[in-house]
Amino acid sequence: MSLMNLTAVELGRKIRAKEVSVQEAAQASLESIDAKEDRLHSFITRIDRKKVLARADEVQKKIDAGELTGPLAGVPVAIKDNMNTKGVLTSAASHILDNFVPRFSATAVERLEQAGAVVVGKTNMDEFAMGSTTETSYFGPTANPFDTARVPGGSSGGSAAAVSGAEVPYALGSDTGGSIRQPCAYCGATGIKPTYGTVSRYGLIAYGSSLDQIGPIAKDVSDCAAILETIAAPDEKDSTSVARDSYAFTKSLTQGVKGLKIGIPRDYFGDGLDPEVRQKVLAAADVLKSEGAIVEEFDLSLVQYAIPAYYLIACAEASSNLERFDGVKYGYRTKDYEELHQMYKKTRSEGFGPEVRRRIMLGSFVLSSGYYDAYYLKALRTKALIKAAFDKAFARYDVILGPVAPTTAPKMNSSLSDPLKMYLSDVYTVSVNLCCLPGLSLPCGLASDGMPVGLQLIGDCFREDNLFRAAYAYEQARGPIMSPFAREEAEK
Amino acid sequence: MAHVIDDETIDYVGILAKLELDGEEKEKAKKDMAQMLDYVDMLNELDTDSVEPMTHVFPVNNVFREDVVTNGDGSEEALANAPEKKENQYVVPKTFV
Repeated sequence: MSLMNLTAVELGRKIRAKEVSVQEAAQASLESIDAKEDRLHSFITRIDRKKVLARADEVQKKIDAGELTGPLAGVPVAIKDNMNTKGVLTSAASHILDNFVPRFSATAVERLEQAGAVVVGKTNMDEFAMGSTTETSYFGPTANPFDTARVPGGSSGGSAAAVSGAEVPYALGSDTGGSIRQPCAYCGATGIKPTYGTVSRYGLIAYGSSLDQIGPIAKDVSDCAAILETIAAPDEKDSTSVARDSYAFTKSLTQGVKGLKIGIPRDYFGDGLDPEVRQKVLAAADVLKSEGAIVEEFDLSLVQYAIPAYYLIACAEASSNLERFDGVKYGYRTKDYEELHQMYKKTRSEGFGPEVRRRIMLGSFVLSSGYYDAYYLKALRTKALIKAAFDKAFARYDVILGPVAPTTAPKMNSSLSDPLKMYLSDVYTVSVNLCCLPGLSLPCGLASDGMPVGLQLIGDCFREDNLFRAAYAYEQARGPIMSPFAREEAEK
Repeated sequence: MAHVIDDETIDYVGILAKLELDGEEKEKAKKDMAQMLDYVDMLNELDTDSVEPMTHVFPVNNVFREDVVTNGDGSEEALANAPEKKENQYVVPKTFV
């Protein structure tokens, strides 16, 4: 066993008990990254070893002085590269930001650091989080730790691969349409997209502001609860952040599922779902039933309309949010230009990759006069209908259970040629973002190709407690799932 | 209904999106956009005439604070990542031609 095979909470406990020093934990992470990065490429930026060890030293002193007592004190972490980290390159995996060194850190990162986290690097992702495979990164793709010929999912593919590959105990991701949950499903990791507003978006490079949420990517459910407790808080720098009644997520873990009402939407198990994924997900539902949950099938309705509504809203918001990248204030500026507008256009055309350009164009179109009502407002009306369908479901059920993605992780180079097909694979995840709901993804076994299958649990707004209850109960029955890279780490 | 994006529309989108599209890319963009619009037309199957557009799921309120400066002069930091700067200002190419 290596320290990198421990969960974040287990490692934190050993550090507080003085069985392991913060330096040793950081060293173990740096060594694991050194040994695996050639094959995985989870990281865009690896923080200089000396700086990491100096930070570890600083945290150790604070732990020794009794100033840091939380579960994550001294535990190494990786941060998705769309979250600002003071003094460390933050590129959002884009050429247009490939020289951007922020002067401040995102609130979520700051909260982790205040809790004693040791940041070891910035993880790879789809450019500006636009993609489902991490293949749209300007810095090249990341490999899946279960099979390096496959994608890790996206957009938080680097974070999921780093955790699944035992390079770090945990990481932060962001989720606009499934970008935490789907890579967790593909890589056998566990992650949660919290209720919108739970974690501050300050310092997160915006994609779709009404949809974006930061959340944990970890080895197990307990870690997710502990990490979310650390990063969740209202923030005066994000006016959409919410003061919740409860942040005691860890407390819910062991409450069991006796009497918990779980609904399985029949419309999530129709055409397009891989039979093995279907079988594993339904087997997980049976486990929860045997643990005392009340499990029923129901018709959610409107499922097929979530993707068109989502892409219209996400692209509209992206076209507005990405206006700021103009070659004036930060980032890349084109070399040859004569006047201002030409400079803008050349900078943006050279700086953004094809998928980002595609979404900016669609967003600009649907917001333009003459099309605004027909597309953008139509999508917002559809969102209202979808939200009403979920409200109706949550009047009867505490948790909605289904797959995360229709298949296991696809092969590299098989997705980008048909963008619409790639968008369709987000069918089970996007409505959670549209409706601001919390969604948790955890592995529910391996398919016959050896790849992990993801189980998704969806809760009503601010009811993460129900997700943690169900996920923890299921995880106890399931047992651990390890990638070949994590086994390699354990055997070294 | 199959959408066809003409040159005039894609040029207009290029202006709005501040993107420069060369010949081949323009043709691809026209095709991509038409395909996406064909797909999202699915939403027209839904009768939404009596449905209010939902901009926010949660009730939103203005968030006020006292108008007090708390972060000091950040001009140096704000300019630190500028591609070109001079005398504490961003430099841009000439705006009149």
